[in-house]
Amino acid sequence: MYAFEYHRPSSLDEAVALLTSEDIKPLAGGQTLIPTLKQRLAMPEALVDLGRIEALKGIRKEGDAIVIGAGTTHAEVAASEVVRGAIPALARLAGLIGDPQVRNRGTIGGSIANADPAADYPAAVVGLGATIHTNTRTIAGDDYFQDLFTTALDENELITAVSFPIPQAAAYEKVANPASGYAVVGVMVAKTAGGVRVGVTGAGPCAFRATAIEDALARSFTPEAAKGVAMPADGMNSDIHASAAYRAALISVLASRAVAACGG
Amino acid sequence: MSIPISMTVNGQPVSGSVEPRTLLVEFLREQLHLTGTHVGCDTSQCGACVVIADGVSVKSCTALAVQCDGSQVTTIEGLANGATLHPMQQAFNDHHGLQCGFCTPGMVMSAVDLVTHAPNPTDEDIRKGLDGNLCRCTGYQNIVRAVKAGAEGMRTGMGG
Ligand SMILES: Cc1cc2nc3c(=O)[nH]c(=O)nc-3n(C[C@H](O)[C@H](O)[C@H](O)COP(=O)(O)OP(=O)(O)OC[C@H]3O[C@@H](n4cnc5c(N)ncnc54)[C@H](O)[C@@H]3O)c2cc1C
Ligand code: FES
Ligand code: FES
Repeated sequence: MYAFEYHRPSSLDEAVALLTSEDIKPLAGGQTLIPTLKQRLAMPEALVDLGRIEALKGIRKEGDAIVIGAGTTHAEVAASEVVRGAIPALARLAGLIGDPQVRNRGTIGGSIANADPAADYPAAVVGLGATIHTNTRTIAGDDYFQDLFTTALDENELITAVSFPIPQAAAYEKVANPASGYAVVGVMVAKTAGGVRVGVTGAGPCAFRATAIEDALARSFTPEAAKGVAMPADGMNSDIHASAAYRAALISVLASRAVAACGG
Repeated sequence: MSIPISMTVNGQPVSGSVEPRTLLVEFLREQLHLTGTHVGCDTSQCGACVVIADGVSVKSCTALAVQCDGSQVTTIEGLANGATLHPMQQAFNDHHGLQCGFCTPGMVMSAVDLVTHAPNPTDEDIRKGLDGNLCRCTGYQNIVRAVKAGAEGMRTGMGG
């Protein structure tokens, strides 16, 4: 690691005031940032540790939504009675991330800010139609992920919370990379007041909605309907773990499993 | 730039001065000379460096020492009570849950954390609970047996 300076603000305002240039980066659970620093893939002048900002922590039900503070760990989401009661698929997703130690430190804000193409939470942000709250504005989940590791966040904009509307039913299914746990493909299917949503991670450069499957499920909410949609392989990721065509096929298969898990 | 930090390690108050980039495992091994916590991969994957910080298991190669300023940390050295091994350590001994022993401190710490949160784990719970720990020797079967026995030892307050 290159040397850097370290700040530990205790309030969001202090943190925002410290984030004055693109060479100063926020640090959350460190489960992505610390490995990146060790590989010298980043050289920030200073880190601003968000870990002691109480306002970024916690989970609450607010009307028809579950609001999760950016600094909430994956383990806290997985174990939360509030989340398990309202959106069990989201608790399950959090419990499938990495391993126990990664879940004990990694946070939802860090995961969504990082926007790894194979991360799990992006499928929930898109599939459940979440809203990202930042220190300056709110961003619709549909507009948030833009490309590989690229989001709608401005330089030094901080995620403060993510709110997930409570669906009528939802399920998350993934094929995990056996070594890391990251999604080769992960699919969140949700039945909501506004229709069926299908959020996909792992398959493309960033999370997206499989609208062809959504249309098929709007006509018939059955596993067969999801499986019957052939997703195009164009633009899908291809690597040693899976070809583009295999990933495209997995989307329909995992969507059909998720529909079955929703009782469809 | 050096930053003063203090924490409670294995029940003892300790303090030191670290660069921001100092990892928790470096502070434990190099400043406190607690070399029971191992570094296997240094890439957040093998779990040889697992310690318990503020009640949960963490990979000490993937936490900065400054992030743990004020924390309560337990390392493998903090488990035994004098000459009496912790039930989980005793169970690894009794059930041959190790060969070379390099992964063992991390395995034991992850297992203690697992059993603290799930006192009566199934084999499946144990395998999932040890997802973040790699062993290149044992083939895991005896580790699972040891953790099961260690869980029973922790429940009854006896050696495994
Ligand atoms: C072995 C291993 C296995 C893993 N497996 C999986 C997996 O299966 N699925 C999965 O989804 N992930 C996986 N991860 C990644 C893990 O979920 C990370 O916790 C997550 O990607 C980053 O969260 P963090 O809190 O650790 O963020 P950090 O590493 O601290 O930060 C990540 C990035 O986000 C920025 N950031 C952090 N917080 C904010 C904020 N509030 N606002 C704006 N920017 C912010 C940081 O500046 C940095 O650029 C794995 C990681 C490891 C080490
Ligand atoms: S040394 Fe920390 S996970 Fe391998
Ligand atoms: S006993 Fe040798 S690595 Fe596990």
